[in-house]
Amino acid sequence: MRRFVLASCLLAASIGAPVLAGSRMAAAPLANVQLADPEQEKQARSLMETVRCLVCQGQSIADSDAEMAGDMRALIRERIQKGESPAQIRAWLVERYGDWVTYAPPQHGVAALLWVLPAILILIGGFVAAGRIRRRRG
Amino acid sequence: MIAELGLGLLWLAAGLAVLQFFLGANALRMKGRPDLGLAIQPVAIAQGLLAGLSFLALIYLFFVSDMSVKLVAANSHSEKPLLYKISGAWGNHEGSMLLWVTILSLAGGAIALVERRIREDTLIATLMAQGLIALGFYAFLLFSSNPFERLNPSPPEGNGLNPLLQDPGLAFHPPTLYLGYVGLSVVFSFAVGALLTRDVGPAFARAMRPWVLGAWAFLTIGITAGSYWAYYELGWGGWWFWDPVENASLMPWLAATALLHSVTVLATRDSLRAWTVMLAVVAFSMSMVGTFLVRSGILTSVHAFAVDPERGSFILALLLLYIGGALALFALRISTVREGAQFEPVSREAALVLNNLLLTVILGVVLIGTLYPIVAQAMGQQISIGPPYFNPAAGSVALLLILAMAAGPLLRWRRDGFALLVRRLAVPVALGLGVLIAVRIAAPDIGTLSWLGLSTAAVAGAASIAPLWKRSLKRTPLFTWGMVVAHFGVAVALAGMAADTAFMKERLVAVAEGGEAEVGPFKVRLNAVTPVIGPNWTALEARIEARRGDGTPVVLRPQARHYMDPPTDTSEAAITTLIDGQLYVVLGKVNEDGRWQLRLWWKPWVTLIWFGGILIALGGILALVGRLWRERRLPKRDDQ
Amino acid sequence: MMRKILLWAPLMVFALFLGVFLRGLHVPENTTITSKMVGKVVPDFALPAAVSSHPALTSDDLKQGKPILLNIFASWCLPCIAEAPVLEELKRQGVEIHGIAIRDTPEDVGDFLTQHGDPYARIGSDVSSQVQISLGSSGVPESFVVDGRGVVRLQHIGDIRKEDITKILAALEDAK
Repeated sequence: MRRFVLASCLLAASIGAPVLAGSRMAAAPLANVQLADPEQEKQARSLMETVRCLVCQGQSIADSDAEMAGDMRALIRERIQKGESPAQIRAWLVERYGDWVTYAPPQHGVAALLWVLPAILILIGGFVAAGRIRRRRG
Repeated sequence: MIAELGLGLLWLAAGLAVLQFFLGANALRMKGRPDLGLAIQPVAIAQGLLAGLSFLALIYLFFVSDMSVKLVAANSHSEKPLLYKISGAWGNHEGSMLLWVTILSLAGGAIALVERRIREDTLIATLMAQGLIALGFYAFLLFSSNPFERLNPSPPEGNGLNPLLQDPGLAFHPPTLYLGYVGLSVVFSFAVGALLTRDVGPAFARAMRPWVLGAWAFLTIGITAGSYWAYYELGWGGWWFWDPVENASLMPWLAATALLHSVTVLATRDSLRAWTVMLAVVAFSMSMVGTFLVRSGILTSVHAFAVDPERGSFILALLLLYIGGALALFALRISTVREGAQFEPVSREAALVLNNLLLTVILGVVLIGTLYPIVAQAMGQQISIGPPYFNPAAGSVALLLILAMAAGPLLRWRRDGFALLVRRLAVPVALGLGVLIAVRIAAPDIGTLSWLGLSTAAVAGAASIAPLWKRSLKRTPLFTWGMVVAHFGVAVALAGMAADTAFMKERLVAVAEGGEAEVGPFKVRLNAVTPVIGPNWTALEARIEARRGDGTPVVLRPQARHYMDPPTDTSEAAITTLIDGQLYVVLGKVNEDGRWQLRLWWKPWVTLIWFGGILIALGGILALVGRLWRERRLPKRDDQ
Repeated sequence: MMRKILLWAPLMVFALFLGVFLRGLHVPENTTITSKMVGKVVPDFALPAAVSSHPALTSDDLKQGKPILLNIFASWCLPCIAEAPVLEELKRQGVEIHGIAIRDTPEDVGDFLTQHGDPYARIGSDVSSQVQISLGSSGVPESFVVDGRGVVRLQHIGDIRKEDITKILAALEDAK
């Protein structure tokens, strides 16, 4: 069934924003309402853009119509409001769902390579290209 | 009858592709007898015509809604609007593969018909490679995705009236990308042909260049359109998500952009021989990798396709055959190609090498970043890679690239002075620094990338039109205009991306009918929410009046739609385009207290993103026309 | 020598990518996100009663010295209906089951229990999925085996079927 929800969510997403069927409950208060403090809302929003939705797995919770994404948005806004930092909240989510839940790959383990990748590629490319540069005469 | 005819034509075309391949191979073996190979030209032309007729047969079947054909029954309906009946022919796997091979064969025919600049044996080798590529896709069609398969008994009516897929964007987005992909396959064939005959030089580069330009322009249009479509359809105001399917279309574009520049170095200065051949192979392999990622569904994407691992395996086998073969040929042959000229560290060539280096780095980052979750999973880790990685990793390199783009056209070929470059760049750099400081003061809290992006856009925008400075505009060649327009388009698109990221205003509010809200400089009033009825849906439509200051109000009508068959709920965003940005409104659910959820965005200058994309494509087309016009007068190869 | 390596490097890189593609084709991306709370103590929570017939649920109720099956369900979830008889069977075999109802109203939960059976000792109401998220659960239905000290021992994603009963019972036995 979950598989089905996932499939239908992806299908619907490609052909118009889906409004997923689910509970009859209204969204949590902070799911679709911004925080009063614009600075806090900005923090919350940029965190939400980097948290992957567990239901519509191709989207961040900031872009998802899934109910659970709404509940996660509410959770993030509540915690930001209470004064937690985005990094703390991200760590809290990773503790529960693993690295999968954040679109920012970890800076340790297998994914560490990714963060040095641009530098490595530039070095290799520069090395290859350098051979073609003519030495200055004299 | 027509279906059988179409299938027969397809088999004939495949047969001609076999003939084309063997004629070419034979001619290459019997060196000194080029007359043996000349027959390959009419064969290639005939192959193109047969494939084209076969595709017309499929369109006809969709046009008359022949439900005894399985593909038509599954994807069409007799009451579909004409446009969507016809676009239905390629709006599915089998039809789109037939479209692919048709464009491929027509392109092969076109080379045979018009190409007279390269050596005869290189032309024959190119057509041979083209025949082999076509053959793979014919096999794919005939053995595992026959578009002309019959249904017995035939159903009285088709079942494909999915209303949501009827969108002009969806009708033309895939063929545009395919034209780009196939253009790159022609480029690939040229590279293989030149490798086979050891004929990598300026003539080869000039023959290849129009195809690179054309493919690149189509890819640019495809990506721009795809981005806008995601923007208005997904309903959250985003225009690029670094989703695997989006990345799949970006990767061939990056490779083609690099190739476009290196091919110019090869044509003008006879340098970068091996590298240009390599890029031609990489560009086509990226098209195939893109098709593979999209069709095999090995990565979770927000854009759903009818995925099928078996088709994925087939594309993978073709990838192995073509790209593996070409790379092996490269390794064996390229050392016999004399190295081209070296270059000075401050010269147009050097700037173009830097361009190629940075584009390749971005391509590497996007490719590896997209595929890395598979690697990580193999090592027992589940990770996600998205904007927080791609934005800084690819974005920062892209900014460097765009700075190089500002400098490149202001450098002379062969050798130039650094001090001279600094003098030529003085005005753009001063402008960029001005923007850098002004933005810092006016908006200190925007993100670093968008801050640098705005400044870089200023430098690049001013520098890109500098090549026209003190020049007779009428006597400036068309391809120089093309370069200027395309580079200016890059600056424009960058400005749009940075401005939207930095200054976008979001409001999520619950408003009662008659209530007001504010977003950015706008006062928004929800006048009423009323039910409306469409051809196959019902919807709640909000009438929203937005007013900036004392200006005239604009009316937006976002809808929450319910489609009956199949039952689907969607929300249709309402977007108003103003000179300096877009107002984007989505109607959400109704609260228990009767207030409506509204999502409001004011997105300043966001339209520049797609306007820039159109300029880039236009630049490509201008350069293409300019090159063809200029080279029309060049001496042609002697036909003995 | 250097040049030779450079010439064959593209083919080797290509082979590497081909390996990745093959792997991707044969081992599809794992879209099931398991909870990383297995092996850890359940986070503190105190949920109100989901329905008047059952007492409320707090994290202390999961630390009473005996293993418990914690079932996350909802009245609006179809697989939960399929799962209900299996939970009843587990209850018959002496398993103590606590429920957490996700995004639900007392009336709906009450109707669900009358229609599909009631294996629960306590049911907490989690109207905005906050406890569900804190447990690392990603959907309904889902069940956790929790030992007497509140440590999560097993996560079962999706509905528990007849063939899963032995696995669940064994995990509960282990947790003693």
